[in-house]
Parts: sequence; structure tokens; C-alpha cells
Amino acid sequence: MKHLANTWFAEQLSNHNIYTEYLEDHHPARMPCLDIRHLDWANASKTAKLLGMRFVALWAAQAGQQDKKALYAYMAFVHPEHRYALLRTPINLENPEIASISQHYIAAYRMERNMQDMFGIKVNDIFDNRWWIKHEHWPEDAHPLLDSFDGNTPMASDPDRADIDYDYVPCDSECAYEIPVGPVHAGIIEPGHFRFLAVGEKILNMEERLGYVHKGIEKAMQGRNVEDALKLAGRVSGDSTVGHSWVFAQACEYAADMSISTRASYIRGVLCERERMANHIGDIGAVCNDAAFAFMHVQCSRLREDMARLHAEAFGHRLLMDCISIGGVSRDLSTDMCQKLIQQSRDIAAEVEHLRAIYADAPSIQQRVIGAGIVSIEDATDIGLLGFVGRASGHYPDARIEAVYAPYDELNVPIPKGKLGGVSTRVWVRFEEVANAARMIIQLLEHLPEGNIQTAWKAPQAGESGFAAIEGWRGEIAAWVRFAQDGSIDRYFVRDPSAINWLGLELAVRTVPVPDFPLVNKSFNCSYAGHDL
Amino acid sequence: MLRILYQIMKVGTITEASLSNGPFNQGEQSTRFELLGKQLETAIKKRFQGSLAIRLVDAGSCNGCELEIHAANNAYYDIERFGVHFTASPRFADMLLVTGPVSINMKTALVLTYEAMPAPKLVLAMGDCAANCGVFGVDNYAIAGSVADIIPVDAVVYGCPPSPTALIQAILATLE
Repeated sequence: MKHLANTWFAEQLSNHNIYTEYLEDHHPARMPCLDIRHLDWANASKTAKLLGMRFVALWAAQAGQQDKKALYAYMAFVHPEHRYALLRTPINLENPEIASISQHYIAAYRMERNMQDMFGIKVNDIFDNRWWIKHEHWPEDAHPLLDSFDGNTPMASDPDRADIDYDYVPCDSECAYEIPVGPVHAGIIEPGHFRFLAVGEKILNMEERLGYVHKGIEKAMQGRNVEDALKLAGRVSGDSTVGHSWVFAQACEYAADMSISTRASYIRGVLCERERMANHIGDIGAVCNDAAFAFMHVQCSRLREDMARLHAEAFGHRLLMDCISIGGVSRDLSTDMCQKLIQQSRDIAAEVEHLRAIYADAPSIQQRVIGAGIVSIEDATDIGLLGFVGRASGHYPDARIEAVYAPYDELNVPIPKGKLGGVSTRVWVRFEEVANAARMIIQLLEHLPEGNIQTAWKAPQAGESGFAAIEGWRGEIAAWVRFAQDGSIDRYFVRDPSAINWLGLELAVRTVPVPDFPLVNKSFNCSYAGHDL
Repeated sequence: MLRILYQIMKVGTITEASLSNGPFNQGEQSTRFELLGKQLETAIKKRFQGSLAIRLVDAGSCNGCELEIHAANNAYYDIERFGVHFTASPRFADMLLVTGPVSINMKTALVLTYEAMPAPKLVLAMGDCAANCGVFGVDNYAIAGSVADIIPVDAVVYGCPPSPTALIQAILATLE
């Protein structure tokens, strides 16, 4: 065993009179899962807050084949020094209820609403009780993730509920007006609804209504074999396919207590960093395009296309889908191809640096991005904003460091530390990350060790679970998987960083005029698909 | 400003089938693409007076298809030179491009967008999910069905996601 069990959180909780039981069937031991009493739930999260831990995710699961009756709620936290820890508590299936933790961790409230929608678990003292993923036309008693729910036939809408509208935050003032936008937006983007309250040009409040692309992924995962489940995991959010495939594969590998070859982990690192580069470059261009600086957009989409074409050649897919397998990677790299990838990563990073100088010297774009869409350090830390969004606002979580996984445990992962929290800072962080990603790709490929790219998969026992966190290009993706009897998936939960970063967008647009919304939105570029699942 | 102009000059024209010798401008692919483009341009000239307006609706995709639609607009493919452009309003649209399986939460929005288009209207379903619900599966409570189950579809392009070339081919096929 490479890592010993992490007992720090259990000791801290016991100091606060919260009794914990270590779960043997959860892996890896350095990210332990602790069983706590139902009545300690809110108190445990309060303690975690006091200890300076960051909230990662909150979800529920029926115990499946082990115990048909049991229902559990889970939450995950991470400490900058003592790393990840999970808490679990049983919920009475006859009368399912649990205390809300959103008073301590604001980012939990949409996940709690989701838990109410999906399981019918009543969350006590939650300050926002509206349905979230469950849209108004759903039948009232539909709780898709309960075992008793038939997930195999398309759910019919409830005709009596057809005219009910979501209860948006109202405003009594005669000066304020509402602008409804979406779900079908003007550009080539995903669907979601934004409700603006504006006074003149200024945005008073913006409220998100998501869930339009909810595709029942968590339910569809249940009962799949690992190969099919991996394909689906890679399509949780198409632009982040490497990150999502990796987190699924890693969680499965942890659950089965297996490790992959160093060569495979290096190639995974290359895939992930290439994805980071491609998306950041594309987004930098798109942000500039939203401020009418089309030159950058044309240049950046050219570079992105160059990357996509080499991806097709090297890995067989322009967007790098299905390149990661359970136990390794699906394509090996020849020495020639390594050289090509090194060369291109180096060239593109140099071109981006050149474009960056032009961008920084162009007053027309700088005037739009500087000071627009600010999220303060306090808010960012409070919400726990992830990835480049957090790093632009003085909050620097990075799963590549916190979750300690190969190949990053052997690399120096530099973290750009922004503080000002506006569009320009987010763009700055992205520029930095492009350069860092290119450096890491070159480093990994130059030292690519020999070896297999695939380790044989052996399914874990029924009931074994694994937790993994991967730094995708948007930020930390967290996932938890539990296996059923025949090596199939019993329950898969995944939290895309968007689930947290969407909250940051609502705050960021409060300072800008309505026409700046697209600019600010693009600088976040949260995933709708990754959030809605 | 000078630096912007210099950069534009330095990169030159990279659009497929142009005379430049970019690193990825492989002969065969370019010729095929240009041939496709020419056919598309002719069809659009003849039937739409040179301009085909497309409205995209993501009815539940993973956003992979959207990335490839963006790519079709980049300088390499530059789909706009053949007369194809993406419009913000269904009122101006000749064609509806739909990606993703139709989720139960997007079904109404998709139908409303379709109804808002002036007739005659064309519908192109893009990607495996739009064609047959793909990896998300037809046996899923949250999926209302493939695009053809919800609105009339004229053509389908397979792929996960379809490449920009495949997309242009499919637009041409829809017109014919």
C-alpha cells in the first residue's frame, strides 16, 4: 500500500464529539470515507468549515444490492494539507430527511436541491426549496434515482403542471425590469435560462435556471459494464472528455485497488494537458470575440484546429474522446508522434505568447476586459470556486496537487495566482495555464518511460467504492463509484467544476451592464451538460 | 495595429484548398473539401439565392457537436464562404440544425423553435445522439427520443461528433 489511511479528519471530528467509523470497503485509504450519525450531519460540516476545509460535493445513494432498504447521504471535503475525506450517513428510507449544510457551505445548496429532486429526501432548513433539475412539468412524485423509479421509459410530463412557471426572484420596484434569456441562446452554445433583473443598463440580479440538458446520466450509469460506462462518462461534458474519462477510470481503479503503468499515466497527463491547452486557447479567442476583437478569435481558432488535427492523427479523435481506458490508455505513442506532439505544443505555446503581447497592447479589448465581472476573494473562497475561475479570484485549489495522482506527483505544477477576479484576470490565468500545460506536455513526452499502456482490469467485489478527483481544464472534477455484484456499476456520482462555478457567474455579473454579460459568461465558460448530467 | 497586420500577413490564407502550404494542408483532403464546397455553393446559389441561414438548437448534446460546428466556422473550413451562416433567430432560418438526444426538459423549446421557423424548413440532425440517442440510450427516463421522434427530420449525419467535413457534406445532402 503506497499510502496509509488518512486519520486526520476522524481525529478532528472526534475532538468535536462526532463519532466516526472508518469504512473498509471504500478506497483509496488516503481519501477515507467515514460513517457518522445522522444527527451529526450539519455539525460535521460546521466542523469541516472551522478546520478550513473546502467543500467538494454532496450526493446520495441507495445501497443497492447490499441492502435494498438503505439510503445514504455523502459529502466530500478537502483540506489543503490533509487532503480529501468523505462522510457518509444513513437516511431512513421510510421518512427520508436530512439537515441542510448550506448555512456552512453555500455551494452545497444546489446539490441539496438536486438530492430532493432525485431521491425525495427532505432537506431541513434549506433556504431555497425550489425544484432544480426537476423542471415544473415533471410529475410531483418522480424521484429518478430511487430504485423504485422506472428509469427505462421516457417520463411523461404531468399535464396539470404544464403552466407552472419557476418561481424566479421577484422585484417590486417600478424601475426594474426583467429580461428572460434562453433556453435557446443566440449563438452556438448549450441551452439554459437566465433571468435578468435590470435597472437601465445595469444588472441588478441574474438568476440561472439550468437542467435543460439533463439526460439522466446517473441513472443510465447503473447496471452498465465498465466499458460502456466509460464511454458515457466521457460524454458528460464533451469539451472536457479527457478529464471526465480519467476521473471515472481513476475512481474504478481505486475501487479495484489497482495501479496503472507509469507510461499510461504519462500519456493520460499529456491528453489532459493538451485538452487544457486547446480549450483555453479556444476560449481566449471567444472572449475577445465577444468584445468585438475578432482578430484574436480567428487566430485562436486556427491554433485550436491545428491541435485537433494532430489529435486525430496521434490519438484517433479530434476532441480526444475514448482515449483513456480502464487500466490505461487506448492508444500508444510512437517516438515520431511524441516528437510531433512536443514540436507542436512548443510552437503553439510560442504563438500564443506572441498573440498575448498583441492582446495586452490593444486598448480596445483591454478597456472591455479590465474590471469587468469581478468576483471578490471573499466570495470566491466562500463558494469554493474551482479551476481558473478560482485562481483568478485569489482561491487556488488544484486537484493535481491536492489529490496527489500520477503523473503530477512527479511534476512541478505551477499555479498562476490571480487576485483581481475580473475577466482580464481569468484570461490572464488561462494564458498562464496554456504556457504551463505546454511545458508539462514537453516534460512528460521527453521522459516518457517504456512499458505497457494497459493493465488488466479485474472487477472489485460488490459494494466496493472508490473516490477520485482530477483537475480537468475547468477545475477539479470529483467522482465516486460503487460496484455491483457482476462488476457492473451500481452508482456513479460525478461533480463537474461547473456545478460550483455557475454560482460565481451570478455574482460576477452584478457589476456589469447587460451587454457585458456574454463577455463575462464566456470568461467563465461553465458547462451546461456537465452541470445538468 | 502594425503587429496585428503583420500577424495576419505572416499566417497568410490558411483556408482549405487555397494555395498556401500550411503544415496540415494535405492535398487529398483539401481537394475533396473544395469539391464539396463548390457543390454546396452551387446548390445554395441555385436554391437560396446564395445564402443559407441555419439556426442551431442543442437539444441535449454533450457539447462535443457544438465544438465541431465552431470548427466549421474557423479559418480552415470557413463554411461562410459557401453562403452558410448561423443565425440568432429561428425567424430568419432556412434550416434547423439539431444536436443531442432530445431531453425531456428541452422538448418544448425544440418544438417551439421549429414552429417559429418560416416554411419551407429543413431539419438536419447532427451526431449519433440526434440520430438514435447514442450513448445516452433510448431506454432513459430523461430522453424524450431522437430528433426524428419529435420533429420531422430531412437528413441525419452520424459521428460522435461528426467532423466539420462531414457536417458540410450533410448540409449539402440535406439541400439535395
